[in-house]
Amino acid sequence: MAKITFITKDNETITVEGDSGNVMQLAVNNSIEGIDGDCGGVCSCATCHVFVAEKDFEKVGEAGEIEADMLELEDNVSEFSRLCCQIQVSNAIDGIELTVAKED
Amino acid sequence: MSQNKTCVVIGASHAGVNFAFALRKEGWEGDIILFDKDETTPYHRPPLSKKYLELEDSIHNNLLKPVESYKKNNITLALGKEVSRIDKAHKTITLSDGNSQNYDTLVLATGARAFVPPITGINAAKNIFTLRNANDVSGIREAFHASQDKKIVVIGGGYIGLETAASLKKLGAHVSVLEREERILARVTTPYLSAFFTNIHESNGVAICVNKGVTEITLEGEQNTVICADGTSYPADIIIVGVGIRVNTELASEIGLTINNGIEVDTSAKTSHSAIYAIGDCTFHYNKHYNRHVRLESVQNAVDQAKVAAANIVGKDTEYNALPWFWSDQYDIKLQIVGLSLGFDNSVIRKEGDKKFSIWYFKGDELLAVDSINNGKSYVLGTKFIKAGATIDKEKLKDPTSNLKEITKN
Repeated sequence: MAKITFITKDNETITVEGDSGNVMQLAVNNSIEGIDGDCGGVCSCATCHVFVAEKDFEKVGEAGEIEADMLELEDNVSEFSRLCCQIQVSNAIDGIELTVAKED
Repeated sequence: MSQNKTCVVIGASHAGVNFAFALRKEGWEGDIILFDKDETTPYHRPPLSKKYLELEDSIHNNLLKPVESYKKNNITLALGKEVSRIDKAHKTITLSDGNSQNYDTLVLATGARAFVPPITGINAAKNIFTLRNANDVSGIREAFHASQDKKIVVIGGGYIGLETAASLKKLGAHVSVLEREERILARVTTPYLSAFFTNIHESNGVAICVNKGVTEITLEGEQNTVICADGTSYPADIIIVGVGIRVNTELASEIGLTINNGIEVDTSAKTSHSAIYAIGDCTFHYNKHYNRHVRLESVQNAVDQAKVAAANIVGKDTEYNALPWFWSDQYDIKLQIVGLSLGFDNSVIRKEGDKKFSIWYFKGDELLAVDSINNGKSYVLGTKFIKAGATIDKEKLKDPTSNLKEITKN
């Protein structure tokens, strides 16, 4: 079981729990504003962009090759950017904080 | 203003559901009611032929929105309800169960259905399926597990047929794909990519058989035999039919809306009748970038058109102007497409590896579209270059050692 905290553009802080699947699914299932996941979680649409808190980045790890390329579609990409459909939910990421990137 | 109004949506898949949530977000205060004859809580369709089938996943892991969010946003899901008629004079829809519902604004998100070709014996065949919805996959799974030999024939070498073939192969089936044309994906891509995918399937043990027009299916006991025009025949425990779709335009056509390859809409997603909008796969719409009308079968179009319709319905003038994109996943291959290549007169292949390359389609010097194989960079930069109308140095593009970011002229 992992607790994951999302910070939305309205500075709302929402902590949810999950034990399987990917972080995008967890966010959508908890109606986290700004995480759309239009492609269903296959790294094709770049609508689940988050900034991983610096303290947690090591736990989450870097983006894969295609994911890193897809992130370049985004204007406000940072060194802590990830597409959260590519982050698996597991004990290893318990306690992480993710800021939703979408602004509108 | 909209508090006493009712917006009725026919069709609760990608377009309909995204529309409903977008309309609420735009500030619509009245009722929003989504009708669909499918009884399942609305789900992602693209995974059905891919991961969902291959991993025997649950539909609850693939919902478009969680069940509670409909209630939270005061969106009524009327599932298992088929709309049989629209009365535009009285602004009413009638359901097949005889009930009716009034509307102030109506949105058609009726999508498409799988086409079943009139092949002799097709109606009597055992374990024959199309693949368009979650029920289809349930049927395929059940038949797959019940089958001993797991001999599967896929009729049609388009994306659905090929993705299904790949998924079933991974589950341990013996799969043959029968394609009527001289190459798979003939309608949607170039010979180079067709040859690539043929090779990928064959190296994974799927038989790709081209020039195979199926003329008849015979049944002996539980065993189907698929017979082709050239006299060859293929035994099949299970048959998957993936030969394209028919657009669901009937409801629109009956009330005299303009139909032209799909339900014709303007750039605000409005049909030829002012209180009726249409979105998603069922629409024939103007694409500003390519300056022509198109009908697209894609998540991108469904989601983007849904947002445009929602904005216009609440009075925010918004024009649909999106660059189309698509994807397909088969085995370890990720195909990403941006743009529409129709009408190209020259192309450049940039080969970065055996399973990593991109095909760039041009009309003269204008970049129309890019097909990327395991190559997100080409997809992303292709998107940017098409949007910017950039002129590409084709010699630099062709050279896989060049920096893709530096292939534009001026």
